[in-house]
Amino acid sequence: MVLDAFRKQKNATAPLESENRDIPDGIWSKCGRCGEILLNKDLIKKYKVCQCGFHFRLTALERIQMTLDSGSFREIDAGLLPVNPFALSDYAVKLDEARKKSGLNEAVVYGEGTIDKIPVVVVVMDTNFMMASMGTVAGEKITRAIELAAAERKPLIIFAASGGARMQEGILSLMQLAKTVEALARLSEAGQLYITVITDPTTGGVSASFAALGDIILAEPDSMIGFTGPRVIEQTIRQKLPEGFQRAEFFKQHGFIDKIVPRPQMKETLAKLLTLHL
Amino acid sequence: MAVILEFEKPIQELEHKINELRKFTSEKGIDLSHEIAILEKRTDEVRKSIYGNLNTWQHVLIARHPERPNTYDYINFIFDEFIELHGDRYFGDDPALVGGIGRFNGLAVTVIGQLKGKDTNENLARNFGMAHPEGYRKAVRLMKQAEKFKRPVICFIDTPGAYPGIGAEERGQFEAIARSMLVMSTLKVPIVTVVIGEGFSGGALGIGVGDRILMQEHSIYSVITPEGYASILWKDSSRAREAAEAIRIIAKDIQELGVADRIIPEPLGGAHKEPEAAAVMLGKALAETLDELMKLKLEDLMSQRYEKFRSIGNLK
Repeated sequence: MVLDAFRKQKNATAPLESENRDIPDGIWSKCGRCGEILLNKDLIKKYKVCQCGFHFRLTALERIQMTLDSGSFREIDAGLLPVNPFALSDYAVKLDEARKKSGLNEAVVYGEGTIDKIPVVVVVMDTNFMMASMGTVAGEKITRAIELAAAERKPLIIFAASGGARMQEGILSLMQLAKTVEALARLSEAGQLYITVITDPTTGGVSASFAALGDIILAEPDSMIGFTGPRVIEQTIRQKLPEGFQRAEFFKQHGFIDKIVPRPQMKETLAKLLTLHL
Repeated sequence: MAVILEFEKPIQELEHKINELRKFTSEKGIDLSHEIAILEKRTDEVRKSIYGNLNTWQHVLIARHPERPNTYDYINFIFDEFIELHGDRYFGDDPALVGGIGRFNGLAVTVIGQLKGKDTNENLARNFGMAHPEGYRKAVRLMKQAEKFKRPVICFIDTPGAYPGIGAEERGQFEAIARSMLVMSTLKVPIVTVVIGEGFSGGALGIGVGDRILMQEHSIYSVITPEGYASILWKDSSRAREAAEAIRIIAKDIQELGVADRIIPEPLGGAHKEPEAAAVMLGKALAETLDELMKLKLEDLMSQRYEKFRSIGNLK
């Protein structure tokens, strides 16, 4: 449950609070791997993938635009607001900042749409909202999406990204893991398709619940995956972790990922898989 | 030698005085029974006042008390027979998460639990109750076995979290925990989970999806340890106490939040003061809960289990 991702977001897209003053906000982005400075409007045409292969993190809206048929997406429960069960003042401030930064009410966006005209229920997590951590409302939205897919007998696709369970909601956040998993168990027993797409980063309680349970698990290249973040592991074992540890390629090699799919091929890959289940 | 917590010192001092008076009486033959009686009465009052008004952090200290009964202790006290079963059949056997078959009130049951040690050596052997993927995969194996033979499952939760290490990650800690929760979601026998000490993170919940969640009076349960919370959010693990208070982790709070179904009382001062008495109380709660669950039709059991988690943190 350890959310290193909360601390530092080195792969930020369209840096809102860029420390690099010579890059104007919102026009240019700097590649998190090769350092290349890229014009945002060119970058978006290339699925926000640098020529070096680095995948910039996407906003929920960008993800939907790149994956679903144009104009097909209908968002559900967009107005659901996060709760602050323990009335923590620092959490209230963070939620406010997250809303402003992401333009979203919560880290999870879900709804219905089509991929190559095949109807699907899709869930997208946006790291611009508190590193897409899962609290009560995020968990509720994911659960509703799973239940909707079951009720309408549509395939479910979840683009996972998260620092883990949202600590500020304590035990209530933890229980969202169980809640989403129970809903998935029902979906699975009903014989329905669930595809997980793991994106950077998918860690903590989200990795250890619905994200791990797709019938098919795809991942974007170089995505960080794991239960415990690298910093905590390094603190525990008191040694540096090897290069590539906990990346998508590492977990594919260890048997936990079906296929690594570069973003430009994501839609067609999903379409093929969906067709094979029609 | 009993470990005395800082806030228990006034009790200890009074007990010490009483002992001195007793010694004096027997050595010098002077009757001090009146003074002793007064002191004993006073000690009782102080005991009740201290243990009856514990703050959050004092609960945490009791939940983590080194002498607190662990999973093995409760198995020994409560079950008539117990045979431990080992291994996940894939990689190894996890000493931090144990399980087996026992007899409880005449009924064969499967028992699974994280196991903390009582001293440094035991803790090193048990990895401080922090399980690897093998632990959760062993739990899954034993639960499926329980389902096959129609045995209820009892899970004892007592862990600061799943183990954060290279091997654990490599072998898919995230997948092992998720899979275990998935199996528990649809397991066709009653599952009772009991938090007997500390229950933190997915490492605890990995064996925590059940029909009923019971918590011992001084146990604690949350998404992350107070130290982890303070360290990640405030960059200062020394503010753990503040974190524990902020996110409400003690049994009474967890019940109020609609997560724990029942609080199991403990002997005054905590289960470690009288482990056997604590086990009797736990056994009684377990028996009553199992009785209730065994009466349910399978479909009701399954739908109630779903609703239990579905309604947590319910939105209006």
